[in-house]
Amino acid sequence: MRFDTPATTNPIDQLKIVGKPVDRIDGPLKTTGTAPYAYERHDVVPNQAYGYVVGSAIAKGRIASIDLSTAQRAPGFLAIVTADNAGRLGRGRFNTARLLGGPDIEHYHQAIALVVAETFEQARAAAQLVRVDYVRTDGMFDLAAAKDSWTPAAGLGAPADPGVGDFAGAFPTAPIQLDAAYTTPDHSHAMMEPHASIAAWEGDSLTVWTSNQMINWTVGDLAQTLGIAREKVRLISPFIGGGFGGKLFLRADALLAALGARAARRPVKVALPRPLMANNTTHRPATIQRIRIGATRDGKITAIGHESWSGDLPGGGPENAVQQTRLLYAGANRMTATRLAILDLPEGNAMRAPGEAPGLMALEIAMDEMAEKLGLDPIEFRVRNDTQVDPENPGRPFSQRQLIECLRTGAERFGWNKRNAQPGRLRDGRWLTGMGVAAGLRNNLLTTSAARVRLDHRGVVTVETDMTDIGTGSYTIIAQTAAEMMGVPLDKVVVRLGDSSFPVSAGSGGQWGANNSTAGVYAACVKLREAVAQKLGFNSADAVFGDGQVRSGNRTVSLAEAAGESGLVAEDAIEYGDLGKQYQQSTFVAHFVEVGVDVATGETHIRRMLAVCAAGRILNPKSARSQVIGAMTMGVGAALMEQLAVDKRRGFFVNHDLAGYEVPVHADIPHQEVIFLDETDPISSPMKAKGVGELGLCGVGAAVANAIYNATGIRVRDYPITLDKLLAGLPEA
Amino acid sequence: MRSFTYERASSPAEAAAAAMRTEGARFIAGGTNLLDLMKLEIETPTHLIDVNGLALDKIETTTEGGLRIGALVRNTDLAADERVRRDYGLLSRALLAGASGQLRNKATTAGNLLQRTRCPYFYDTNQPCNKRQPGSGCAAIGGFTRPLAVIGTSDACIATHPSDMAVAMRALDATVETVRSDGTVRGIPIAEFHRLPGDTPHIETTLVPGELITAVTLPKPVGGKHIYRKVRDRASYAFALVSVGAIVQRDGTGRVALGGVAHRPWRVEAADAEMPRGAKAVAERLLAGARPTDENAFKLPLVERTLGAVLAEAKG
Ligand SMILES: Cc1cc2nc3c(=O)[nH]c(=O)nc-3n(C[C@H](O)[C@H](O)[C@H](O)COP(=O)(O)OP(=O)(O)OC[C@H]3O[C@@H](n4cnc5c(N)ncnc54)[C@H](O)[C@@H]3O)c2cc1C
Ligand code: SF4
Repeated sequence: MRFDTPATTNPIDQLKIVGKPVDRIDGPLKTTGTAPYAYERHDVVPNQAYGYVVGSAIAKGRIASIDLSTAQRAPGFLAIVTADNAGRLGRGRFNTARLLGGPDIEHYHQAIALVVAETFEQARAAAQLVRVDYVRTDGMFDLAAAKDSWTPAAGLGAPADPGVGDFAGAFPTAPIQLDAAYTTPDHSHAMMEPHASIAAWEGDSLTVWTSNQMINWTVGDLAQTLGIAREKVRLISPFIGGGFGGKLFLRADALLAALGARAARRPVKVALPRPLMANNTTHRPATIQRIRIGATRDGKITAIGHESWSGDLPGGGPENAVQQTRLLYAGANRMTATRLAILDLPEGNAMRAPGEAPGLMALEIAMDEMAEKLGLDPIEFRVRNDTQVDPENPGRPFSQRQLIECLRTGAERFGWNKRNAQPGRLRDGRWLTGMGVAAGLRNNLLTTSAARVRLDHRGVVTVETDMTDIGTGSYTIIAQTAAEMMGVPLDKVVVRLGDSSFPVSAGSGGQWGANNSTAGVYAACVKLREAVAQKLGFNSADAVFGDGQVRSGNRTVSLAEAAGESGLVAEDAIEYGDLGKQYQQSTFVAHFVEVGVDVATGETHIRRMLAVCAAGRILNPKSARSQVIGAMTMGVGAALMEQLAVDKRRGFFVNHDLAGYEVPVHADIPHQEVIFLDETDPISSPMKAKGVGELGLCGVGAAVANAIYNATGIRVRDYPITLDKLLAGLPEA
Repeated sequence: MRSFTYERASSPAEAAAAAMRTEGARFIAGGTNLLDLMKLEIETPTHLIDVNGLALDKIETTTEGGLRIGALVRNTDLAADERVRRDYGLLSRALLAGASGQLRNKATTAGNLLQRTRCPYFYDTNQPCNKRQPGSGCAAIGGFTRPLAVIGTSDACIATHPSDMAVAMRALDATVETVRSDGTVRGIPIAEFHRLPGDTPHIETTLVPGELITAVTLPKPVGGKHIYRKVRDRASYAFALVSVGAIVQRDGTGRVALGGVAHRPWRVEAADAEMPRGAKAVAERLLAGARPTDENAFKLPLVERTLGAVLAEAKG
């Protein structure tokens, strides 16, 4: 189905099932521990052996020699895979560093061997007996030092230095100016389930049970790396214990399981041990950002400039932290620039709201600082600089943009008028209290997504698509979509996901999953409805689907009967025309945060949080709310504690476990409120939906930072805002 | 993890004797620290002596009016004990500030005292670490030192002792009771129990090889307000950046011990004497001679400010 004109009324608009806060249909499996995660699939293939990954002990250099003899004599030893015996390996389209290193080492904990043994403990013990001699070479591990050797770099599909007007001329002449630098640290996805895979060969065909967000990308990259045809690779990933972008790509677990299984001539399972994850896999790269804003005295932005520096391994990409600055506020003279330095730290790549998260952490502090300079309320300042068109290309309107409504609704609900504009004035016992606000924007990305729908003789609708559910609720919203379209209750819908033998979907990433994958299911259901109508001799335009039946004129037939013994199948994809070019499609949020800062110790406690989102039709308010509160929690982590500590001499992330890399716990998170504005966006898809999974993270960190400033009068521009950055500025306790 | 043999000891003396009989033997109690370290091959015992069955899990009143806490009393039970909550509130609060409910259910009194550092380089066997591998060097010095020690450090090691409970034990003047492999018993004052790193950071206590902790005794209650304040980067389930354990009497006298700053729970008796003069005076004495790094120098003002808050709370 081609989607190239705005949606008109369609069966989804009935909203009998779509738009309802339906419980997650996979919930009971999760809460009873029966959802089969990759590493636990003991039943899918017999005779599984265990692989254990050996990571490089140096950041850069080469393996001089590797002694496997002791490991090979260890109890239970079956096989070992190294670059020496793995055969020629290609590199996946989405990988920067090789997933099996050696003799050259590109980063710390790059996998250099997989030891396979009968049991997990034996594999681990044998892996610890692999002796490696390295020759270290110098590397660059310090972004601040590498910053000056940058090259211009383009983010995904964006030019390196986009801009309009004359920023260089307009900024210095602006009556009110801000010029400030901000930094964000490296972040780890730190998802609950580590990367894990079981691989089994049958002849030259490979099946991998894994934990992966993008089935189709990963099939391609696994085939390419192994040098086999993609038709020979089957990937199965029905349940994923969190990904946050860390499982978008083929990673070492899947590749090494495949190589290990080939070497051991048995199925092999591999999970990445937690201490390996921070350095072996990808992370969100640190940024250094400079923001300049010039405005008239009445608060109209005349010049806005945003530059961002990040680093990556040779051949890698930048953290595109400036992209939202191109769209969020008006202003005639604009400059944005993305700079990439070579760093020999592990590979940087996408993490939830890539670009937006660190970019808005900076931009939205800058807006707060600018509002203060102007003597304006930070909400009013944002309202004055709203734009309903793409500021770089005013002929391109936003399909929907209710940012002002988000801000105003939030202000009302949160009691923003109780905020004291003078920072550092409010105290509640040992706490200095304050409120902060920040805006966020996340684009709505359109990608082809396909599904297959079957109707059987019991009237059951089965949906098959390689879409994944990374804890987001994909199973549920897809079931809701199919139920709405086919006029059946939810318990007559079966959803099967995450299998490369199913039609290729958008996958889970970039908050594009919900809208595109349900639109794909919509397309397939439209086809199935036609097939039903045709079979019954109905005119498909006036066939009405409801209550498990299809009705036309005075004829009513149950779907079960319509399907008959052989059933009916339809497959289709949603494919997008030019609406994404004609319109800027984005989602919007206003975040409100109240904090208390301990006047003695500088510890920050979040007291209240509110997010108001405008994100098109909300397909399921319950799962959408879960996405947003999870993202808000992640934002609190980024604001207050998350930081991969870089050892700049040895070139690795030191705090590489969950004791050292702190993410928020329950005690850090207060009551969180989420409001979705009533909105539909017919430009986005027949679902009129967008996404919220990344939107929820956009701006949270800055809202926390601004609240801390309001509470204490201390402006911290370097994340995370740990207490050591506040101590010197706090009053005598 | 290396393979190991295992036995259950039948009596404390027998456990201590067994520990000397087998080279590379270690006691195992709750296992919450030792097992993790074995999986990472930071500890590689060849033989484990399980002391869980030794009936060392009672809390009894001593004839001096104090408390004798069996080495195997679980942190959860100790924190919840009525006498502890009434007379040694500092201990109860320190325990509850540590780890998580599940861990405290397993963790024992002796194991807690003997838990090893959380220096991240100690945990990474690719890195040189004098504590893990004597003589290999210290990767932390000059590296990521934010969580590490500011006082009592050496050129060989700047790690901290991570225990919360031990800070309370130090302020309470506890005594560690042991039995040695020759069957003799002794009491080690807590002040002499943990060592500074010096040139031998791998030797962390004054226990001799094979020596088993049987109990920790507390002198009779000293009254006063008991406050434990743990400062950290998140609200729960994190080790202390600094912690302050204090007992403050009505007249402002008292005692104080610190966590998160040194290789052992940190107390300077001379600093106690400054308590009536306020936090600044106490902190100055406590931290005299501190050698922080750029990354952890904040711990010095943090100690003073936290102490100030604790003393204010005691007054209030
Ligand atoms: C995730 C996590 C978070 C934590 N957070 C905190 C925290 O915030 N604060 C805190 O204080 N602690 C914390 N801990 C540490 C925890 O308190 C210790 O792991 C626990 O107290 C150790 O007790 P155990 O009985 O399990 O010791 P084990 O692991 O059994 O033993 C530890 C050591 O003591 C020796 N040992 C045990 N019993 C005896 C004995 N009777 N005589 C002689 N030697 C003996 C063992 O040989 C071993 O060397 C945390 C631990 C974890 C895993
Ligand atoms: S500080 Fe101590 S524990 Fe840490 S690396 Fe140095 S020697 Fe090892």
